[in-house]
Amino acid sequence: MSKSLKLLLTAATLTALGAAASAQTYGLGREALPEEVAAWDIDIRPDGLGLPEGAGSVLEGEEVYLEVCASCHGGFAEGTGRWPPLAGGFGSLDGEDPFKTIGSYWPYLSTVWDYVHRAMPFGDAQSLSDDEVYAITAFLLYMNDIVLDDEFVLSNENFTEVRLPNEDGFYMDDREESPLWGAREVCMTDCAESVEITMRANILDVTPEDAALREEREAAASDEVVEEAAAEEPAEDPNAIDMELAEAGERLFRQCSSCHQVGDSAQNRTGPVLNGIVGHPAGQVEDFRYSRPMETAGDEGLVWTEDELHAYLEDPRGYLRGTRMAFRGISDEGERAAIIEYLRTQE
Amino acid sequence: MTDSHHKNGTTRRGFLAGTAMAGAAAVTGTAARATGPDPAITEVQPWARYLGEGVDARPYGTPSEHEAHVVRRNVEWLTADPISSVNFTPIHELDGIITPNGLCFERHHSGIAEIEPAQYRLMINGMVDRELVFTLEDLMRFPRENRVYFLECAANSGMEWRGAQLNGCQYTHGMIHNVMYTGVRLRTLLEEAGVQPGGEWLLAEGADASAMTRSIPMEKALDDCMVAFKMNGEALRPEQGYPVRLVVPGWEGNMWVKWLRRLEVGDEAWHHREETSKYTDLLEDGRARRFTWEMDAKSVITSPSPQAPITHGPGPMVLTGLAWSGRGTIPRVDVTLDGGINWVEARMDGPSLDKSLHRFYYEFEWDGSPMLVQSRAHDSTGYVQPTKDELREVRGENSIYHNNGIQTWAVAEDGSVENVEIA
Repeated sequence: MSKSLKLLLTAATLTALGAAASAQTYGLGREALPEEVAAWDIDIRPDGLGLPEGAGSVLEGEEVYLEVCASCHGGFAEGTGRWPPLAGGFGSLDGEDPFKTIGSYWPYLSTVWDYVHRAMPFGDAQSLSDDEVYAITAFLLYMNDIVLDDEFVLSNENFTEVRLPNEDGFYMDDREESPLWGAREVCMTDCAESVEITMRANILDVTPEDAALREEREAAASDEVVEEAAAEEPAEDPNAIDMELAEAGERLFRQCSSCHQVGDSAQNRTGPVLNGIVGHPAGQVEDFRYSRPMETAGDEGLVWTEDELHAYLEDPRGYLRGTRMAFRGISDEGERAAIIEYLRTQE
Repeated sequence: MTDSHHKNGTTRRGFLAGTAMAGAAAVTGTAARATGPDPAITEVQPWARYLGEGVDARPYGTPSEHEAHVVRRNVEWLTADPISSVNFTPIHELDGIITPNGLCFERHHSGIAEIEPAQYRLMINGMVDRELVFTLEDLMRFPRENRVYFLECAANSGMEWRGAQLNGCQYTHGMIHNVMYTGVRLRTLLEEAGVQPGGEWLLAEGADASAMTRSIPMEKALDDCMVAFKMNGEALRPEQGYPVRLVVPGWEGNMWVKWLRRLEVGDEAWHHREETSKYTDLLEDGRARRFTWEMDAKSVITSPSPQAPITHGPGPMVLTGLAWSGRGTIPRVDVTLDGGINWVEARMDGPSLDKSLHRFYYEFEWDGSPMLVQSRAHDSTGYVQPTKDELREVRGENSIYHNNGIQTWAVAEDGSVENVEIA
């Protein structure tokens, strides 16, 4: 933005505000109560405005991090799969493969606190206590070598003393000063002697195939399944599915769906595909990398009966120490029953 | 340049040949001749004999079953999870300037929030005289307006920075849509709350599980922003922010906060995740531009394109595409068939609205030889869409956002089309 334009905009803002002061009001809406503002106004600024009282240490942060963050962001904040890395990448920004992390790229620590608090863990937002958010933030500073002492405690008292290395790496949009800005003469005829193709998308071959072709193929595959099923002996089902309960379970399953997929096109994500999981041996979904304890449990003959699923879903980490499932569990038995009933419908 | 395009560029002979062909067609009145009676005409078709469905069959109409391929599509390898991801508008299948509601691309950070309208609240707080809460009904009692605006994700064409990657304008340019919004001026709501002196910034926040936030300068908020509850006449779709979203005309789509729940007035920007870690433009020297809000002028040929090849062979054909600018209107688009050696002005058609998509056409006689087609937009400020190489000259190759470089499609003799880069 040019200086003159900035001045102009400031003048415009002042005029606009002047107009706003005398503007017509309609008397619509109602005054927000202080408790309501407090409930929603959770944003944090670089100057520390909005930070609640609290504190957390690197070691406390590591514990929470390993429980609720590591399954996507990796045990060393290196990121797993396509999930974002959070640490490392120093000095990479002007190279061929910039590695943008909190340590290498983010300008302000307040952004970390604000984002973790408002949006993480993915699928369970705003579930962390203020102290836990301080602790995770402290741990991420440690993983980025910004604090070196694992006894470090981050709190609202010392928060603004911590500066991120790339704070000065940003500047205001200056596109209007670039040579591409403003009216340019264009050439209309004989603008080049010749042109040639220098790169082709076909060679990379990363475009998704046409959905119609894929659906045709999938439909053909599912026809086979239907025929196979039809060939089997019809049997009385002693355990008819309670559709109403399953529907309630489908809604509750949303909290699982950020990691687990079900249905025809389901794929392993952070967690394994759950088609046919009820009654299925544990740790056996193809191509999914289980934790060692889950693998062992499966090898030792654990089968996901409804009772076992109840126990696992009530307290995943208590049930199976070392499971990768970063989920706090569902204490309500009725909710667990609904989710299990829904899973029974997913063959 | 003439109406005719030839292997060796445009020649006077080519022009004459083209004219002669057009003349011949005019004399006989038709170019094709039937080899026998057409059963589509001579046989009574089922729809001409039997009754169709009645008025109760389709209380909310959907497209013909023969249009089932016209859908938003995802590129699975782009993101870790479809819940925090993007899909793409099938712009190669659309015409005119309005995007149908069900085809507007989606970008979610924590999936689609399903909000009960009776539980919807919008709060204005911070540096205002009165901190207020509005229900949906309250919002609908303010004076309304209707405006057509494009919404483009700043990452549209982001996968193409280092070269041609994806075969299809749906994927290269489909993070865009253009609808008519009905809503209340943001200014009206801010006046209702009374912005205090020094309130130079606005934080907009969503009600979804990512509680998306962006800082918006007050001059923009008081200029043309809207708090919208309808798109193309009907309620916003859930995936577009039902029941209420912010409209920030001409500026990057990430700022158009969906499921809008809160507006906070402050004296400084918040520098939240979506305006630091994301939506900043890393340049070659390792420094980054921030607050690159406006979308630069851009255009793309939607047909022919990789997903919309030429199937009819040589002869008269229609080339068409879209152009837009976050700084105004598009008075002119140039088109080339030979990779930029010679250009012609395309024909603009349909409404020319501020910060809206514009439709252009170029009708010509294709002789069946290979083409390298491009379009080049000029906006109402005089800005001209740059080539990708001109853009890389300024930006380097480490950018993601704001790639408005000229797109090249290579059309082969068989009419198939590929995404290429040329020099």
